[in-house]
Amino acid sequence: MLREIRPAIVVLVALTLITGLAYPLAMTGIAQVIFPYQANGSMIERDGKVVGSALIGQEFDSDKYFHGRPSATTAPDPKDPTKTIAAPYNADNSGGSNLGPSNKALIDRVKDDMAKLQKENPSMPVPADLVTTSASGLDPEISPEAALFQVPRIAKARNLPEDRIRKLVDDNTEGRWLGLLGEPRVNVLLLNLALDRLTAG
Amino acid sequence: MTAIGWAQIILYCAIVIAITPVLGAYMTRVFNGERTWLSPIMRPVEIAIYKIAGVDERQEQHALIYTVGMLLFHVGGLLILYVLMRVQYYLPFNPEGQTAVEQGLSFNTAMSFITNTNWQNYAGENTMSYLVQMLGLTHQNYLSAATGIALALALIRGFARHSVRTVGNFWVDMTRITLYVLIPLCVVIALFYVWQGMPQTLGPYVDATTLEGIKQHIALGPVASQEAIKMLGTNGGGFFNANSAHPFENPTALANFVQIITIFALGAALTNVFGRMVGNQRQGWAVFAVMGVLFLAGVITCYAAEAHGNDLLNALGLTGGNMEGKETRFGIVGSALFTVVTTAASCGAVNAMLDSLTAIGGMVPLINIQLGEIIVGGVGSGMYGMLLFVIISIFVAGLMVGRTPEYVGKKIEAKEVKMAMLAILVLPLMYLGWTAVAMMVPSAVSAMGNPGPHGFTEVLYAYVSQDGNNGSAFAGLSANTMFYNLSGAIAMGVGRFWMIIPTMAIAGSLAAKKLVPASAGTFPTDRALFVGLVVGVIVIVGGLTFFPALALGPIVEQLAIHAGTVFASN
Repeated sequence: MLREIRPAIVVLVALTLITGLAYPLAMTGIAQVIFPYQANGSMIERDGKVVGSALIGQEFDSDKYFHGRPSATTAPDPKDPTKTIAAPYNADNSGGSNLGPSNKALIDRVKDDMAKLQKENPSMPVPADLVTTSASGLDPEISPEAALFQVPRIAKARNLPEDRIRKLVDDNTEGRWLGLLGEPRVNVLLLNLALDRLTAG
Repeated sequence: MTAIGWAQIILYCAIVIAITPVLGAYMTRVFNGERTWLSPIMRPVEIAIYKIAGVDERQEQHALIYTVGMLLFHVGGLLILYVLMRVQYYLPFNPEGQTAVEQGLSFNTAMSFITNTNWQNYAGENTMSYLVQMLGLTHQNYLSAATGIALALALIRGFARHSVRTVGNFWVDMTRITLYVLIPLCVVIALFYVWQGMPQTLGPYVDATTLEGIKQHIALGPVASQEAIKMLGTNGGGFFNANSAHPFENPTALANFVQIITIFALGAALTNVFGRMVGNQRQGWAVFAVMGVLFLAGVITCYAAEAHGNDLLNALGLTGGNMEGKETRFGIVGSALFTVVTTAASCGAVNAMLDSLTAIGGMVPLINIQLGEIIVGGVGSGMYGMLLFVIISIFVAGLMVGRTPEYVGKKIEAKEVKMAMLAILVLPLMYLGWTAVAMMVPSAVSAMGNPGPHGFTEVLYAYVSQDGNNGSAFAGLSANTMFYNLSGAIAMGVGRFWMIIPTMAIAGSLAAKKLVPASAGTFPTDRALFVGLVVGVIVIVGGLTFFPALALGPIVEQLAIHAGTVFASN
C-alpha cells in the first residue's frame, strides 16, 4: 500500500497543474484572442463609458425607461455587516428570493406589485415576469408582453407616440433560437439605449 | 404546457440517444488503452506522468489496492483545496482581494468538491479568488468526475472479466479519462460557451455606471473553463452564487440546451461502454431504458406542475405558469427540463431557484436524488448506483423462481447482494438521520428560509442533496453555520465513500468469478420485462424509504396550497 503513495502524489500534482492551471489559462488566452468582447463580459459603452453588460440586468426606476424584472439580490448592511439589506441587481451577489410557493411573503409581494402595475396600465393583464423575481436577480431580459405593458407609461414620460415605442419593442424582440429553444424576450438595457437614441434622433 | 415545450424535450431526448453510442465507442477504446486520434498529442504527456509516478501501465491492481489508491488521492485533493481557500489572500490571481475562507466553510467546501457534490454554502463571486476557482475548484471538478468514471469502469470490468484478480490500474484510468475524454471535450465546450457570452478573463470586476447613474460592480472571472467541466463532469458547483441561472454562467437558451446535454452525455455513454465491455450492447440499452422511463416520469411531472403554476398566485389573476425564481430566456420548459436533468444526474447545477418551484415541481428533484441519482446519474456514480439496483432486482427475480440469479454471465451470490444492500441503505440512513437531528437543534430550525412545511423541505433537501452528492439546494436555508457545515460534510463523505467501498468489493468479487454460460433457465436481462422489473424495484425501495418524509414536506404543502392556506414567518 505504501507503494501507492508516490503515484498518488505525482498523478495528483500533474493532473492538478494540467486541469487547474494549464487548461483555464490556455482557454483564457484563446478566448481573449478570438472572442474578446464576450470573454470580457459583453460590456456596453456609450460615449466612452461602460454603462453595463448586455448580459447583466440593471435597476431602472425612472418612468422614461423600461423596467426589468424585480430583483431579490442583497448586499451586506453598511451599519451591521452580519445582516443584509435589499440591493436590487447587485452584480456582485447573484441570487433569487427563495420564497416558497406557500410563503405569505411571496403572495403579499406579488399582490402589491400587481396592484401597482394595474394602476399604471389597466388595459392589459399584468405579465407574470413583471411581478416575479428572477433566479439570478440579474435577468437582463423581459418578455415582449412585459415590454409592451410599459409602453403607455414611457410614451407619456417621453412625450412620444405609443406606436413608435411599440415598434421599437418589436425591433428589439429576440425570438426562440431556430424557432425552437428558449423563449421570446427583450433585452432591457439594449432597448433603453435604443429608446434614448430614438429621443435624441 | 405547449407544443414547443414538448418539442424541446423530445429534441433533447433524441440528441442524448444519438450521442450515447458514439461517445460509448470512443470511451471504450480509451478505457481499453487503444490508440485514438488524440494519441499523438496526449500519449507523450501520459507516458511522462507514468514515468515520474513510477507506474507500470500494464500492471493492474486488485480491487482493494485500486480503492486504496483512490482514497489516498482524495486525501491529497482535500488538503490542497482546504489550504488554498485558507491562504487565498496571499496568492496571485485575486484581483478582488478575497480574504481567507472560514474554517468550517472551507472544510465543507473541500469535502463538497472532492466528493463531486459541489454543495455551496457561499457565493462564489464574493468569496473565492480566481486562483481558488481554477486551481482549487476547476481542478476538483475534473478529478472527482474522473474518479467516478474510474470506479464505474472497475465495476464494469468486474462484470466483463472472469477468473481474474484485478480490475484495472487506478492511476492509468485516472490519467486516461482526464487526458483523452474530459480535457478535449471541455476545450471545445468552453470555447463554445465563450462564444455564447460567458466571460473568460483574469481581469478585475468591472464598474459600470447605468443610464440612471447607479454604480454597478460586475463580477467576472474565468467562468467558461469551469462551466464546461462543471456540467460534463456532473459537478454542478457554480462560479457565481446563482449558478447556471446567472447570465454569465448560462447566457442563452442554446448554451442552456448544451449544458443539459453535457450533463447527461458521459453518464449515458457509460451504459453503452458497459454493453460493449460485456459483449452485448443490448445489455447497455436495457440499463439506459430503465433510466429513460424514470427520467420521463420526472420531466412530465415537473413540467406540468410548473406550467400550471402556483394556485395561490393564479387566484390573483396571474397566468403563464410559475415564473418566480426563473429566468426569462429559459422560461418554464427550459427551467423544468434543466431541474430534472441536473438532479437525475448528480450534477446539482441549477438554472432556476428550486426553493421557489411549486410544491410538486420541487418534489421531483428531491425524489430524483433520493432514488440514488441513478437516472443517468453522476458520471460513473450513476452507473455503479444503477448496477447495485440491478443486482437487487436480479436477486428478487431469483427468489421468485427459486434459482441462483445471474447477470451478464455472473452468478450473483450472498456477498454481492449484501454489499449492494449496504450501499443502498446508507443513503436514506444518513439523510433521514441528519434531518431528524436538525429538527431537534433550535439554531438549525431557525436557519430555515421559509415557514411551514416548506422549511422542513429545505432541510430535508439539504441533507438529501449532500448525501447524494448532488449539490443543488433549496437555497433559502442559511446553511453556512458550523452545524450545517460539519454535518453536511459528514453526509457528503459517507454518501460518497460508503457507496464506493462496497461497490469496489463487488467489483473484486465479480472479477474473480467464473463465467456461467447462458441456459434456457437464464432470465434475459436485455428485454422489456427486465427493464420493468428494475424500475419496479427502484420505485418500491425508494418509496418505502422516503415517502413518509415527503409526506411531511412537499405533499402536505401541496395540500395546503390547494386549500388556500399560506404560511407566515413569526
